[in-house]
Amino acid sequence: MRPTDLLSITPAGLYCAPGGFHIDPVRPVPRALITHGHSDHARAGHGAVLATADTLAIMGLRYGEGFAGSTQEAALGEAIRIGDVAVRFHPAGHVLGSAQIAVEAGGLRIVASGDYKRAADPTCIPFEPVACDVFITEATFGLPVFRHPDVRDEVRRLLASVRLFPERAHMVGAYALGKAQRLIALLREAGHDGPVYIHGALEKLTDFYLSRGVDLGEIRKVTAADQAALAGAVVICPPSALQDVWSRRFPDPVTAFASGWMRVRARARQRGVELPLVVSDHADWDDLCRTIEEVGAGEIWVTHGQEDALVHWCASRGLRARPLHMIGYGDEGEVEPGEAEGAPA
Amino acid sequence: MNRFAALLDRLAYEPRRNAKLRLLADHFRTAADPERGYALAAMTGSLSFAAAKPGIIRALIAERTDPVLFGLSYDYVGDLSETVALMWPAPPHAPEDEPPSLSEVVETLASIGRTELPSRLARWLDALDETGRWALLKLITGGLRIGVSARLAKTAVASLGGFDPDEIEHVWHGLEPPYVPLFAWVEGRGPRPVSQDPAPFRPVMLAHAIEDRDFETLDPADFSAEWKWDGIRVQVVSGTDAEGRVRTRLYSRTGEEITRSFPDVCEALHGIEAAIDGELLVVRDGRVQSFNILQQRLNRAAVTPKMMTEFPAAVRAYDLLARDGEDLRPLPFAERRARLEAFVAQAGRDRLDLSPVVPFSDWEGLAEARLSPAAAGADAEAVEGIMLKRRDAAYLPGRPKGVWFKWKRDPHVVDAVLMYAQRGHGKRSSFYSDYTFGVWRTGAAGEELVPVGKAYFGFTDEELLQIDRFVRKHTVDRFGPVREVIHEPHAGLVLEVAFEGLARSTRHKSGLAMRFPRISRLRWDKPPIEADRIETLERLLAENRTDRASEP
Ligand SMILES: [Zn+2]
Ligand SMILES: [Zn+2]
Repeated sequence: MRPTDLLSITPAGLYCAPGGFHIDPVRPVPRALITHGHSDHARAGHGAVLATADTLAIMGLRYGEGFAGSTQEAALGEAIRIGDVAVRFHPAGHVLGSAQIAVEAGGLRIVASGDYKRAADPTCIPFEPVACDVFITEATFGLPVFRHPDVRDEVRRLLASVRLFPERAHMVGAYALGKAQRLIALLREAGHDGPVYIHGALEKLTDFYLSRGVDLGEIRKVTAADQAALAGAVVICPPSALQDVWSRRFPDPVTAFASGWMRVRARARQRGVELPLVVSDHADWDDLCRTIEEVGAGEIWVTHGQEDALVHWCASRGLRARPLHMIGYGDEGEVEPGEAEGAPA
Repeated sequence: MNRFAALLDRLAYEPRRNAKLRLLADHFRTAADPERGYALAAMTGSLSFAAAKPGIIRALIAERTDPVLFGLSYDYVGDLSETVALMWPAPPHAPEDEPPSLSEVVETLASIGRTELPSRLARWLDALDETGRWALLKLITGGLRIGVSARLAKTAVASLGGFDPDEIEHVWHGLEPPYVPLFAWVEGRGPRPVSQDPAPFRPVMLAHAIEDRDFETLDPADFSAEWKWDGIRVQVVSGTDAEGRVRTRLYSRTGEEITRSFPDVCEALHGIEAAIDGELLVVRDGRVQSFNILQQRLNRAAVTPKMMTEFPAAVRAYDLLARDGEDLRPLPFAERRARLEAFVAQAGRDRLDLSPVVPFSDWEGLAEARLSPAAAGADAEAVEGIMLKRRDAAYLPGRPKGVWFKWKRDPHVVDAVLMYAQRGHGKRSSFYSDYTFGVWRTGAAGEELVPVGKAYFGFTDEELLQIDRFVRKHTVDRFGPVREVIHEPHAGLVLEVAFEGLARSTRHKSGLAMRFPRISRLRWDKPPIEADRIETLERLLAENRTDRASEP
């Protein structure tokens, strides 16, 4: 069996003909396997959906029950037969519930990793490298300039600023699913024990994290009445709220933004960010390369992001590599600055 | 170095003056000598490293990275120092050296030989983190642009001891990096450093932008008016020290010394025993040249005899702050003006003339003069607007309220990129003289230019020919009489556009409409990527609506 017989590219996304299913399809299909809950990967309207319990719950929260004809939970590590194909979900370390999907038939194994990261994240299960013949990788930060620093240093910078400007509210833009909760957890690890305030748009998903036993300390939803009294507080909000009227009600706010794009100064400046925090839920360049080496695949398919550099790097290592040029993914969790506003949240 | 780098990094993103002050003061308070002194030197432009050229940095990164990956990265980041700082590969073994301190960097670079420099630089880069590498590369290539003036840095130092920043200015020119006695003084641990400088900087007096409603309350009889020239506001000071040596210095309005850039002016004004507040201009054959021409001189790194002949600089005097050791600043403006006129006539120096007074009896008359500064004679083009000064006011540092006003001819300017050009009418019908220009915004497909207006005038005939030539050479598409002109981040023409106001508009893609836009300057020197962004206009629109009084 050739790899393209097992998985092929269709307008709806990756398609497994022997199993009759798509992975993270961008349009409604009869049978979908979903890697994680970000809206560019998990869409409503499919016939049957197979995903981890947490991903199914997140889809239910965002799209309402009935987002699919039927659902089935995939336990991590458990083999599930679909037609002639065996599939298995493995942790991806991206957000709560995120998984890579290994598809196996006729002695050939392809791993579709969805979005993943290798850096520390107290809110989800760490990435697990899975040996395979073909590895499908994202390339959101697929340029050697993207090397994420230790997140703990970034959180320390935020807290240092809170100490230096105790009369100002620190508003941190962070995506609603994953980044916001990870940031709160990191603040707790760094010893910040006061209440952390969140924008109303983050409430549902943050409550969900809490219900899954993620320890985030005291969370308060910002109400209109509090806004002027939030001097010295850390307030987490969706990135789009940083420029809103909403943010202007705070006492002389410091605007921070937690994203891998903050590594590049021109990108941070475009958004008028005063305190860029390089915190990403995607693998950086070094981790993309390391992961490709660890899974031992002879062939690499590169999905969304900066494909060229990664394909070049693979070729220089003697690996077969090709860009998939897939349309419709520009992760909600970490789109290029400015595109975020257009993405569904 | 890493601490200094963290400070620079934070300052580079911080727009608020007060927050910058706090960040600087915090650093000066907590960093040790001599680190903080060298940081102060870096902020005040008192450091220069002749040895470090971008070529060395390119060679270092080329040895360590794949050229294709470097090319893709540089393309994406758009800045050499930053690309190198981010891409610099981790050394195979843990670096042998500790990250260098700022002092180590400054002291080493002052003495290191050319041949040793690359390997030393590489060791430093190995030991530093991304931000540290960025700061080091920016520092040594002279590309440190963090929006901190020398004045602001000195204000932060002053705040450590609760001093007025002017007190720092008074002792400043007798001091050298790393300023250990200065910090000892402001912290109350040492004596006041003695300024030996016979040509010190005196903090500059600034004007507020005049508001419509000001005309209702101000009495024309209380004010004197003069032209505001479109050059660089400077202070030229010459005096004799205790040993009889004459010193002549030229300062920018923030107190940065720019003597070395204008030896021609300083030589001509050597020994005047006075402090003059004026405007630095390029004057050819008695005629003031546009700011464009002055900028061509400012852009050259080295001062050469050829350049001084081609761009002869001169000072047009506004005010006399001191003469023969007497401080004239407490005198009323009318009195200082009389002394200035006498002084300029008596001095009879080349490269020094008087900025004339604009006679007027009521605001309407002055408004007329402002619109057509023909009274300024052949130099009308170099008039930026009008300055109003209270006759009875002393010369006060900073921007005191209600004393000086500026009334600009062009209240707003923005740097935009030429996108389309269309043939003109009448005698201009053979030229591309109607220009559609745009500013940057982040669109669905990334960075893009969005058209914000159209201008047909403001440029000279000579400039029209230049733009026309540019349009013909760089056409990328044609639609009837309209040509689309190249407008990419690193290819295209930046136009400085002046306009009277902004309004919301649903007819324009940008959602904005400009009132009376005109081309005020061609910015051949500026790559399109550095043109303004739509947010700048949005901000202007928001400010105009809510807080007109706060224009700086
Ligand atoms: Zn994602
Ligand atoms: Zn994605």
